[in-house]
Amino acid sequence: MRTPTSSRLAVLAVTAGCVLTLVACSSSSGSTSANGDVSITVNCEPPTSDPIDRKNFTDDIASFEKSHPTIQITPKDEYPCDDPKTFEAKLAGGQMENVFYVYDTDVAQVINNGQAADISSYISGVKGLDDIQPSTLSVFKDSSGKYYGLPKTNYSMGLIYNRSLFTQAGLDPNTPPTTWAQVQADSKKISALGNGIVGYADYSSGNQGGWHFTAEIYSRGGSMVTSDGKHANFDTAAGKAVLQNLQQMRWTDNSMGSKQLLTQSDVMPMMGSGKLGMYIAAPDNLPTIVKQYGGSYDNLSIGPMPGAKATLLGGDGYMFNVKDTAAQIQAGVQWLEYENLTPGLGQFNYQRAAAEKTPVGLPEPDLWNGAMATSDAQAKAKYANVPQQNYAAFQAAMQTLPGKIEPPDAQQIYSVLDNVMSGVLTSQNADINGLLSDASTKVNTLLANQ
Amino acid sequence: MSVATSVAARLPSRSTATNRGDRIRRKLAANLTAYLMLAGGLICFALFSWYPTVRAFILAFQKTNFVGASHWVGWANFERLFADPEFTAAWRNTVEFTGFALLIGFAVPFLLAVVLNEMRHAKSLFRLLVYLPVMVPPVVTAILWKWFYDPGDGLFNETLRALHLPTSSWVYSTSTAVLSLVLVSTWSNMGSTVLIYLAALQGIPADLYEAAELDGANILQRVRHVTVPQTRYVLLMLMLLQIVATMQVFTEPFIITGGGPQDATISVLYLIYKYAFVYYDYGGACALSIMLFVFLGIFSAFYLRLTRTND
Repeated sequence: MRTPTSSRLAVLAVTAGCVLTLVACSSSSGSTSANGDVSITVNCEPPTSDPIDRKNFTDDIASFEKSHPTIQITPKDEYPCDDPKTFEAKLAGGQMENVFYVYDTDVAQVINNGQAADISSYISGVKGLDDIQPSTLSVFKDSSGKYYGLPKTNYSMGLIYNRSLFTQAGLDPNTPPTTWAQVQADSKKISALGNGIVGYADYSSGNQGGWHFTAEIYSRGGSMVTSDGKHANFDTAAGKAVLQNLQQMRWTDNSMGSKQLLTQSDVMPMMGSGKLGMYIAAPDNLPTIVKQYGGSYDNLSIGPMPGAKATLLGGDGYMFNVKDTAAQIQAGVQWLEYENLTPGLGQFNYQRAAAEKTPVGLPEPDLWNGAMATSDAQAKAKYANVPQQNYAAFQAAMQTLPGKIEPPDAQQIYSVLDNVMSGVLTSQNADINGLLSDASTKVNTLLANQ
Repeated sequence: MSVATSVAARLPSRSTATNRGDRIRRKLAANLTAYLMLAGGLICFALFSWYPTVRAFILAFQKTNFVGASHWVGWANFERLFADPEFTAAWRNTVEFTGFALLIGFAVPFLLAVVLNEMRHAKSLFRLLVYLPVMVPPVVTAILWKWFYDPGDGLFNETLRALHLPTSSWVYSTSTAVLSLVLVSTWSNMGSTVLIYLAALQGIPADLYEAAELDGANILQRVRHVTVPQTRYVLLMLMLLQIVATMQVFTEPFIITGGGPQDATISVLYLIYKYAFVYYDYGGACALSIMLFVFLGIFSAFYLRLTRTND
C-alpha cells in the first residue's frame, strides 16, 4: 500500500523533475575541451523528408570529421532554417547554434544588433576567398569592413518562362522578352490561348510582393531607399512605372488572371502545371517546379531580368554565435569552407549530384570570379544533366547586367510594399500615387525606429 | 473588567501563539500533498502565463531585441502605433469581423441547434455533419477555403457560373474580404457552439412547451417565450466568449489573405504578429497586445456587470 509519505515523495519527484527539465532546456550547446578538441553545432540540416540531401549532409560531416579529427559537428534539423519567430528568442536564450543559417535580408540586422561574432581574423585561410563575388561576400561585412559570416548560395532575378506556351502563342522560346513592354505584349498573347492560362503572374502577399516590387524597380533603374539607407526612395517615376505596368496587364489586358495575393507557393504550381507563361524568379525555382510540381527542365527556361538596368541579388549563408569561442569559430569556418566554398566538395560535388540524378548545370549558385569560377564552370559542364542552353540568355545577360543587393531591413520594407502590390492587383481603380505615398511614410517610420 | 484585563485578554499569550503555530503546521502537513500538487499548476501558470503578461506590460515601454540591453522609451511605442495606418485598419477590420461574426456566427448556430433539436429522424447523422468541420485542423480549413474562393476555378465561382449567376471576387476584393473570412470562421467553429446550444435546449423541461402549446403558441412564439428565456444564460456567456475569441482572429487572415488586399483583412492579432516577427519591433508588439488586453478586459467586465444587473 502506498503511504502518504511515498505519495508526497512522488509529487516532490515530479515537481523536481519539471524544474530540472526547465533548467536543462536553458543549457547552451557546443564546447571546447582542454585537449584542443572542439565541438560545434550547425543548423539547417536537411529534413528527413529530403533523404538525398540529408544523406549528403551527413556524409559530408563524416568526411570532414575524418579529415579534421579534433572537430566534432552536431547538426540540428530545423525547418525553416531561418525562422524569424524563433531567431531572437534562440539568441537571447543561448539556444542558437554555434554556426547558424541566415538569409541575406537578415544579415545587416543581426550585425547591427550585435548578435553575431566578428570572424574577420579567422577567414584569411579560406581558399578562394578573394575570388568570391564582391557583391555576395560584402553582404556579410559591416561598414567598418569586419566580416560576420560566409555565403552559401547567391541568386539573381530573371524571368522564368514556359517554352511550350511561348511556341503555342507564336513567340520564339529562344528569345525571351528583355523589356517590360515586351513582357506585357507577350503576356497578352499567352493569356489569349485561353483554357485558364495566365500570361504573367506576380506576388502580392507574404512579404514577397514587396520583394518583387524591389526587383522590378531595380530593373527600371530605381531604388528602394536613399543612399544612406535612412529614407524610402521608391515613390518615384520608376516606382510608378512598375505599378502602372502591372495595372495595365491585370486590368486592361486581363493577362494576369483573377486570382491574386499570390506567393511563390501559388505560382510555382501554376508554372509546373503549364498554366502560366512567365514570372520573375531566380534559377533556384527551377528544381522545385520540376521536383514538386511536375514541370520538366526541357520546357522551362530562364531569361534575363526585363528592363536591363539592374537585377536584384540575394542569397543566404552562415553566421557565428556571438558567444562562440575562438576555437569554435575556427572550426566553423573550416566546416563552411569544406561544405559550401570548395569546388568538387559539399554542395559543389557535381559528380555525386549527377549520380543521384539531382540537377547539375543550373546557372546558380554562381559564387566566384576568376580561376575558381572557371574551375566550377568546367566541373558543372562535365556533369550537367539539365539543358544548359535554356539558360543561355540569362547567363549572357549576367555578364553585363549590374547586380543590386536588397535594401536594409528588407523584410520589413517588403511587408509594407505587399500592400501596394495587392492594391494594384486587386483593385481596378487603385490610387498608385496614394499607395506609394502611404508606403513611403510607413517605411520612413520603420527605418527611423531601427 | 478593567482596561488592563481586557487588553491582556485580547493579547495572545505565548502558549496561545505556539498553539496557533502548531495548528498551522499541522494544517500544512495534512495538506502538503495538495499544496505540492497545486504547486505544479501554479508554477506552470506563473512561468508561462502570468510572468509573460507582466513582462509584456514592461516591454510595452521598452525598446529591446532580447540580446542587448533594453531601454525605457516611455510612451514612444504607443505613439508610433497611433501614427501607423495599419493600426487603424487592424482595429477597424477586427471590429467589423466581430460584428459580422456575431450576426452570422451567433445566429446561424442557434438556429441550427433549434432545427436539430426539433428533428425526429437521423438526428445523430446531422449532428455529426454539423460537428465535422471542427475536427478539420484550422490551417487545413483555411487552405481549403482559399481554393473555394479562387475566382478562376474555385468551387464557389464554378458553381455560380454553372447556375448562370454572377461571380464574386471573395477574399480578393477589399469590399468582400472580411465577410468572406467570417464565413470561413463560422463554418469551422459553429459545430462546438451548436452542441452547447443543443445541450441547453435539451435541458428545457418539455412541460413548458406543452403548456405553451396548450395556450395556443405557434413555433415562433414557443422559441421566443420558452426557448430564448430558458437558454439566456448560455446565450449570454457564449456571446461573450465569441466576442473575445473573434477579436483575436488570426489564422484566417494569416493563411488566406496575408492581411490583404490593401490591409483589408489585417487584424489586431495579425498586426501584433507583424510587429514582433516581421518588423522585429517587440516593444510595439507588446504595446498593441496590452491595448487589446485592456480593451477585452474592460469589455468583459462591463458585459458581465450589465448582464448581472439585468438578472
